[in-house]
Amino acid sequence: MMMQDQKSHRATADSQEESPVAAGTLPVVMIQPPKGWNALELGEVWAYRELLYFLIWRDIKVRYKQTVLGAAWAIIMPFFAMVVFSLFFGQLAKMPSEGLPYPIFSYSALVPWMYFANALTQASNSLVSNETLITKVYFPRLIIPTAAVLSGMVDFAIAFVVLVGMMLFYGVTPTAAIWTLPFFVLMTAATALGVGLWLSSLYVQYRDVRYVMPFLIQFWLFATPIVYPSSLVPQQWRAFYGLNPMAGVVEGFRWALLGHGQAPGLLLVASVLTTAAFLASGLYYFRRMEDTFSDVV
Amino acid sequence: MKDVSIRVEGLSKRYRIGKRRRYQTLREVWTDSFYEPIRRLSRFARRPSTNRDEGGAPREGWIWALREVSFNIKQGEAVGIIGGNGAGKSTLLKIASRITKPTEGYAEVHGRVGSLLEVGTGFHPELTGRENIYLNGAILGMKRYEINRKFDKIVAFAETEKFLDTPVKHYSSGMFVRLAFAVAAHLEPEILIVDEVLAVGDIGFQKKCFGKMNELSANQGRTVLFVSHNMEAIQRLCFKCLLFEDGKLIAYDNKATTVALYLSRNSCEAPPNRWIDMSTMSRTGTGEARFVKVQYSSLDETTGYQPYSGGPLEFLFDIVSDSHRSIGSIAATLYDLSGGKLVNADSILQGQALTLRKGLNRVRLRIKKLYLNPGVYRLGLWLGNPIDANSGGSGFDFVQSAFHMEVVPQESEIRKLGMKPKHDGVVTCEIDILEAT
Repeated sequence: MMMQDQKSHRATADSQEESPVAAGTLPVVMIQPPKGWNALELGEVWAYRELLYFLIWRDIKVRYKQTVLGAAWAIIMPFFAMVVFSLFFGQLAKMPSEGLPYPIFSYSALVPWMYFANALTQASNSLVSNETLITKVYFPRLIIPTAAVLSGMVDFAIAFVVLVGMMLFYGVTPTAAIWTLPFFVLMTAATALGVGLWLSSLYVQYRDVRYVMPFLIQFWLFATPIVYPSSLVPQQWRAFYGLNPMAGVVEGFRWALLGHGQAPGLLLVASVLTTAAFLASGLYYFRRMEDTFSDVV
Repeated sequence: MKDVSIRVEGLSKRYRIGKRRRYQTLREVWTDSFYEPIRRLSRFARRPSTNRDEGGAPREGWIWALREVSFNIKQGEAVGIIGGNGAGKSTLLKIASRITKPTEGYAEVHGRVGSLLEVGTGFHPELTGRENIYLNGAILGMKRYEINRKFDKIVAFAETEKFLDTPVKHYSSGMFVRLAFAVAAHLEPEILIVDEVLAVGDIGFQKKCFGKMNELSANQGRTVLFVSHNMEAIQRLCFKCLLFEDGKLIAYDNKATTVALYLSRNSCEAPPNRWIDMSTMSRTGTGEARFVKVQYSSLDETTGYQPYSGGPLEFLFDIVSDSHRSIGSIAATLYDLSGGKLVNADSILQGQALTLRKGLNRVRLRIKKLYLNPGVYRLGLWLGNPIDANSGGSGFDFVQSAFHMEVVPQESEIRKLGMKPKHDGVVTCEIDILEAT
């Protein structure tokens, strides 16, 4: 039996065109005990970009499978939130909306907010819900929360179309600053990823995160100028208020799209700095904990 | 061809008991972080080199899944990994595929690794067969153009052309497994790591899988690391074997030697006509019905109930079943000591199912005539439903290595003509002497 194996082995080894041995030098990987703080090695993430693409694609494909309304959910959620907010805060509480119709005032904030809230929730759950992948296959784990954040972009785009429709309906013309909009979208994604990296790696270890998430999101909603204008915040607290990156994003959205208020200056600087801090610390913490994921999850 | 493919040096992996660290809640962490500095200080006082405290007495609550393992595998070698449950096989595969990190030591891996620790990792039930091929391919590390190129081959291998656009949640388990293995089989890494996945699908498909694995290792010069409890599979596919016991590497030699060593360490010769406890045996299967005790006998006092060539061999099985069920196949299998299957006495041959009550059952199985020459043989036990084309078949219990038994020469023959020669093959037969005319 063994003799036969070797014979056939010799006979065909040379004729195989795809023999990897001929490839010369092979990449060498050292597998060693964890060293604590790891380098980010974003290059490796780049090498696995196709997997990132497929995971995003999977999330999008699967998201509204077996639902009656399908992708309409991407509109229904922010739209009805807008209706409720307009009724209670706009009509009943007479919340100031600085010259804009209240529905478009709140909806323009709800579009980036809903994306943020979804992306953050998905990213935080991502490691635990992809447990089978983590314990059975190797790839840079960063891909999982990143895919979760990026796959929400489709919902965002759908909800955004409705926003454009509402602008037409209310006759609001976008300003020349509309070209800055992609920057605010990027900032939303970066914030969701930064915080999501922290929460997802904490979630692997501490299941408390599951119970913290709804509170965090609700609290954050009211810390962001969605139902009220940020002008309600006293001037001396503005920079402090900007430590909530979503405050900068929402202000930016209203400014770039609706021509509302002034270019968010100090507030935006604070927001950008916080986002950068979340993202950098999140990346490093994630990389530090990465080695333990498959043993703990 | 002589280049090193995997070099492992002093590799150890420690887990908390229960194999995984249990989840913690924040409250525990807070109380722990309060006590931890005190604990650390006292430990530091006891033993100055805290790094080496693992070397001494085992720390409570920790277990070494792998302990100071070193070996080299050359390119193009197919190496089998054998050992009982919890011996460290899967941990080694997980480290080699970079899923988990070692606690000590290192592994050096030359080339791209494709690991197949589970069939169908990342398959999404809502996606169609076609979509899952792409998704699973990407998860296993294939590039999109590679998948495009191999797509037709994968589909043909899996034999699921008709269902390509059906969500896999509507697949039968057999179809699912075929598709999943087909994707993995077309992965072409320099090193292929496979964990006990061939025990799936119907027999025809299993053969196909073997063929493919053989092609990868023998014909294409890829290194294959292969874990299996199936000694026949190991013998068919591998050149060499690593044998693990309690996290330690205890043998690394050619396959026949290592398999024989493994089997002899895990099985002992048991006397006839006496109950042999099966409850602690290493086994696979769902356990819904399982062997608890076995005895065997030739029913012949003159050989001391020891089975003999051409004589009957009767088994009594005590089987515990979780529920009232019918069993399509109960089998006693005799192997030679290097793992070759010689006789498979399977109730399926009679074509009738056996009904088990909930709780304890006693089953009698008799081999009317045992055509084995004298020697020591190993017994394996199987309980399950037959494997059909569309389901993977369900094995309730499979004890591959229950015990060894000796087949003795028949008393009467020895008296008449003296001992038979020793090397006259494994099996015997009934003969007639035709008179010369």
